[in-house]
Amino acid sequence: MPPLTALGPFVALLAACLFFATQNDRFLTAQNFSLVLQQVMVVGLIAIGQTLIILTAGIDLSCGMVMALGGIVMSKLAVESGVPPALAIACGLAVTTLFGIVNGLLVTRIKLPSFIVTLGTMNIAFALTQLYSSSQTVTNLPDALTALGETFKLGGTEVSWGVVLMLALYFIAWLALRETAPGRHVYAVGNNAEAARLTGIPVRRVLLAVYAIAGLLYGVASLLSVARTGVGDPNAGQTENLDAITAVVLGGTSLFGGRGVILGSLVGALIVGVFRNGLTLMGVSSVYQILVTGILVILAVAMDQLSRRGGR
Amino acid sequence: MRSALLVLTATAFAAGALAQQQQPVIGLITKTETNPFFVKMKEGAQQAAQAKGGKLLTGAGKADGDNAGQVTALENMVNAGAKTILITPSDSKAILPAIQKARAKGVQVIALDSPTDPADGTDALFATDNYQAGVLIGEYAKVALGGKPAKIVTLDLFPGHPVGAQRHNGFLKGFGLAAPDAKSNDLGRPAEVVCAADSYGDQAKGQTAMENCLQKSPEVNVVYTINEPAAAGAYQALKKAGKEKGVIVVSVDGGCAGVRNVQAGVIAATSQQYPLKMAAMGVEAGIAYANGGKKASGYTDTGVALIADKPLPGIQSIDAKQGLALCWGK
Repeated sequence: MPPLTALGPFVALLAACLFFATQNDRFLTAQNFSLVLQQVMVVGLIAIGQTLIILTAGIDLSCGMVMALGGIVMSKLAVESGVPPALAIACGLAVTTLFGIVNGLLVTRIKLPSFIVTLGTMNIAFALTQLYSSSQTVTNLPDALTALGETFKLGGTEVSWGVVLMLALYFIAWLALRETAPGRHVYAVGNNAEAARLTGIPVRRVLLAVYAIAGLLYGVASLLSVARTGVGDPNAGQTENLDAITAVVLGGTSLFGGRGVILGSLVGALIVGVFRNGLTLMGVSSVYQILVTGILVILAVAMDQLSRRGGR
Repeated sequence: MRSALLVLTATAFAAGALAQQQQPVIGLITKTETNPFFVKMKEGAQQAAQAKGGKLLTGAGKADGDNAGQVTALENMVNAGAKTILITPSDSKAILPAIQKARAKGVQVIALDSPTDPADGTDALFATDNYQAGVLIGEYAKVALGGKPAKIVTLDLFPGHPVGAQRHNGFLKGFGLAAPDAKSNDLGRPAEVVCAADSYGDQAKGQTAMENCLQKSPEVNVVYTINEPAAAGAYQALKKAGKEKGVIVVSVDGGCAGVRNVQAGVIAATSQQYPLKMAAMGVEAGIAYANGGKKASGYTDTGVALIADKPLPGIQSIDAKQGLALCWGK
């Protein structure tokens, strides 16, 4: 049975939508909803990887910076080094996956806390991005890099390929976590790593795989980010970094590990996106969005804590 | 109760729709919400919109350099029915594709304060001539130094930003040193510049940068700063080192805190720019487009004035009192 807290995020999202619908007649249109999805797709995708890590009771502070590095690698290789776009994308994915593996190895082999490891790799990824790009934005990207930002008609509205990809990956992640043994292992490791080890779960391998997969997902997110803005941006990822953690927490995944539903993270990302969109349509300063996000984050974590205490 | 809510909702719908039909909607996207320069710009736009019967939407990135946040705000405003969007681009290149999309939909986009790269990415640009702002303080510093050999520290913005490069290079040019032209994004580095560091336009970071530069080159006698918070930071560092008397600090911006620092002798001279004017002109252009369909075009210099409390021969300047009447911020 899903605990009450699992419904919380949906209720919050619905309430926000209802409120904004009364404020502006452009809010409740298919086109606007499609727009919000496009605006949250980067954070939403990063949040998949972040959710996996948080489910194991870890955290990844490097996600946004690793994403930015992937984007710069892809666009620099394709535009300035004349590498075929498909190969450039593959290199970008390889770099972000490598970062995930390094994070995973440091956490599992040297037993460093994930907070510290990813604090370090966050700075490393940021510095590498700035050095490799000379802090310059890369423009004139080939079509292959921006294809995911293109839209197609669906009924009366336009949907971007990137959003479709994000939704598909959410579905796959949801299925894998629910229906497969490795998926259940992720929860088990997050609940109690020692107990999981005693029941024969290869804890270190599960953790390493989670960090590596997260890295790969950040690579896909960098492709989405490049496609959305149409440029390779060395300053990308700086707000996405914490926005992704915010989305996961708002989505009801426990920061203490082992509990959470992956689709909640999408809802969490949407909450932030809907506030930003709705307040702009109303003509209200976006500082209020930051205010509301802060309150919601505390509420979400408080609900998690309280439900934990109640369960014991 | 429920029906009352329904009526209320319907009324809100209708009122919203009505208001939108009548008033031209103008969007203003700044780099951040919190920098006093942009707060003033927003104020100016708000006043102009109120006076001319327009509706102003505002948005911003979360931090300087947050391009994705600006893209999001831009899309939301186009969707909210804005026919003119005024933007101070955080990243002069990265914002271009989003602007292109908006312009393709018939939206007039005007850059305020800093240009896009290339500048014709927007319909028009209302901004300070940042190179000229640099030239003015460069000329002042040169005369103030007299004939002494120059040992210059530059506290710059951050790598890759055209405004940072334009002010820096303009300063060198005004000082009579070899300098790249106004279009260049590279910081000139003649031998007279003994230390160059990034301040991110921030007082604390400016202080740290100056402390480090003093370690490297204690003989400094001129400090160029990207803006007045950086200048205040530089002064703190100089004071701690007991060097505040012998060093000429110059800056750009003209915020009220900065002008008061000119009065207090912390800053020798600063170039003042006029965000309120930029915003008001932008809103007027937006109203004109909504009414007559005529778009603004080209670059409009919104003016710059040198503020100094010690006027020097051959240098045109206004004093801090006059500057305070025109300044922005608190």
